[in-house]
Amino acid sequence: MTSTPSDTDRFGAYGGRYVPETLIPALEELEAAFHAALRDEAFTSELDDLLKNFVGRPSILTPAPRLGERVGARVWLKREDLNHTGAHKINNTVGQALLARRMGKRRIIAETGAGQHGVATATICARFGLDCVVYMGEEDMQRQALNVYRMRLLGAEVVPVLSGTRTLKDATTEAIRDWVTTVRDSHYIIGSVVGPAPYPRMVREFQSIIGREAREQMLERTGTLPKTVVACVGGGSNAIGIFAGFVDDPGVALVGVEAAGDGLDTGRHSASLSRGTPGVLHGSLSYLLQDANGQVHPAHSISAGLDYPGVGPEHAYLTDPGRAEYVSVTDREALEGFTLLSRTEGIVPALETAHAVAWLAASKGRWMPDEHVLLCVSGRGDKDVAQVREMSILPP
Amino acid sequence: MASMSATTSSDPLSTRFAELRDRGRRALVVYLTAGFPDPARSLELLRGVAGAGADVIEVGVPFSDPMADGPIIQRSSQVALEHGIGMRETLALVRDAALEVPVVLFSYLNPILAGGPAVLATAREAGVSGVLVTDLPVGVDPEREAWLGSSGLAFVRLVAPTTPVERMREIGRHGSGFVYLISRLGVTGVRDDVAADLPETVARLRSATTLPICVGFGVSSAAHATAIGRLADGVVVGSAMVQAASQGVQKAIDLTGELRLALDRA
Repeated sequence: MTSTPSDTDRFGAYGGRYVPETLIPALEELEAAFHAALRDEAFTSELDDLLKNFVGRPSILTPAPRLGERVGARVWLKREDLNHTGAHKINNTVGQALLARRMGKRRIIAETGAGQHGVATATICARFGLDCVVYMGEEDMQRQALNVYRMRLLGAEVVPVLSGTRTLKDATTEAIRDWVTTVRDSHYIIGSVVGPAPYPRMVREFQSIIGREAREQMLERTGTLPKTVVACVGGGSNAIGIFAGFVDDPGVALVGVEAAGDGLDTGRHSASLSRGTPGVLHGSLSYLLQDANGQVHPAHSISAGLDYPGVGPEHAYLTDPGRAEYVSVTDREALEGFTLLSRTEGIVPALETAHAVAWLAASKGRWMPDEHVLLCVSGRGDKDVAQVREMSILPP
Repeated sequence: MASMSATTSSDPLSTRFAELRDRGRRALVVYLTAGFPDPARSLELLRGVAGAGADVIEVGVPFSDPMADGPIIQRSSQVALEHGIGMRETLALVRDAALEVPVVLFSYLNPILAGGPAVLATAREAGVSGVLVTDLPVGVDPEREAWLGSSGLAFVRLVAPTTPVERMREIGRHGSGFVYLISRLGVTGVRDDVAADLPETVARLRSATTLPICVGFGVSSAAHATAIGRLADGVVVGSAMVQAASQGVQKAIDLTGELRLALDRA
């Protein structure tokens, strides 16, 4: 029931391909190219080579004994923050850029929230000599000015998005508008497990290396599987990536941590699974923050990467039968998680990851001291240091 | 009780196109965003363009994330949302307008889903004759498409320049009222010229369906209307009309009159 269906454009009732007619042939072409590529030894070996020699995979598994003391369990960190460009996003952009090149598309479009996906896209485009246009909400450009500069340094054009809430949602809408216009020579690299089919399944495939490696590393280091795997969820790509390694192991609990922003009851949050209802946005049916009239409700989170009113359809599919559990953590708690991992393990996590750290710290008593818990460190926190510094929240 | 088939030729939209064909007249389809520039003027606009020669009016349901629309319709949707206009208010507007020309509800899927199972019956009672869903292409969601197709409303489907001819046939089989041909790649908006490959696309679509063909996206001037009127059964004017409406109700009425004349010259 809960293992992931692979032969349709849906995950149970969720997913689908709700896009303007103009894009249908391109999505069919993309789906065919994706499946053909996965069966093509030349493609998979080039992808493996890039992941190893450009991205720096496999990412390591780090024990976190001091955090573990606080949590009351044996905590392990899957270190996606150590990938080239500092987050898990590059796993997907390398795969999709290879695919775009194979389809003869020389121009790449991307949207970005925190800027990590934009940087990862600009990076692989520079490596392959592809044109790159990144859409980014104006508010996010201010929050993540350094990443804007990095993308431009890498040769990408960064287009400010002034419509709507000026964040990831509107950047995604604008990227789709570009693609509808340029679909014959452009490929759109979506950054998360969202969007119309085949994107959620394709991004899952490229991110599932996180879970495959982590499962092997856990067995090698501990001789057993973790009791719980935890990851933050915005669109949900790092979570789907690490869950993919364990979803068929019924004894492993999967926990996704959403952004509760100012608090779930304030209406200012990004917790689509905790507080949303099913609806259609950006090409797929999934849980969505919306009002009674079907208008999409603006999301809020301290973390630009989680600031999205929707969530990948596979997460909707996993939550309904309870295969995965979705919880949430406020901005304030996430800041505590940010400091906690920095001070206990010497690892400054992305604010997105800090949500998962905060949930772990608050869940002491859930595990026996000798049980293993695996946390996906989706990205490093360098991009967030300036923002957090301005808040002057550092405890003495 | 909903009629079982949307392809019945007795719905007001099909009847209108049959009349137009008999009189050798091209259809002028006018798009207006419900509630723009404000609810009172929106009502005046609907009545005004109907009186000035529109054969069909597409009433756009404002949506927060209109991914198929360019800046003009995006802005109009935003303004309408700020006036509190959603699906329910749009249908009330159509009811109040009590138009003699057929009305097609032009919507993204999410506001329709949020309207619940009764929304299509409510639309019919309000005087809506057809429905067009921007982000529900043929074959994407058979269950919801069947629901929309059996509601008693004509189910207007879109064809794009990228649509292969076999898919055009499929779209023809699953649509009713007319087929909306998107004249070019891209979002809605005002353009200076007619797409060069349009005659060829219309010819391909003709070979695939017997439904009337109306061409939209980028149509903005009388000259466009004349050129398209020579190829297709009708022309859809959206962004240019919304832009005119933003300058005043009379501007939109004047534009409708000009387009009517231009189309009758085609």
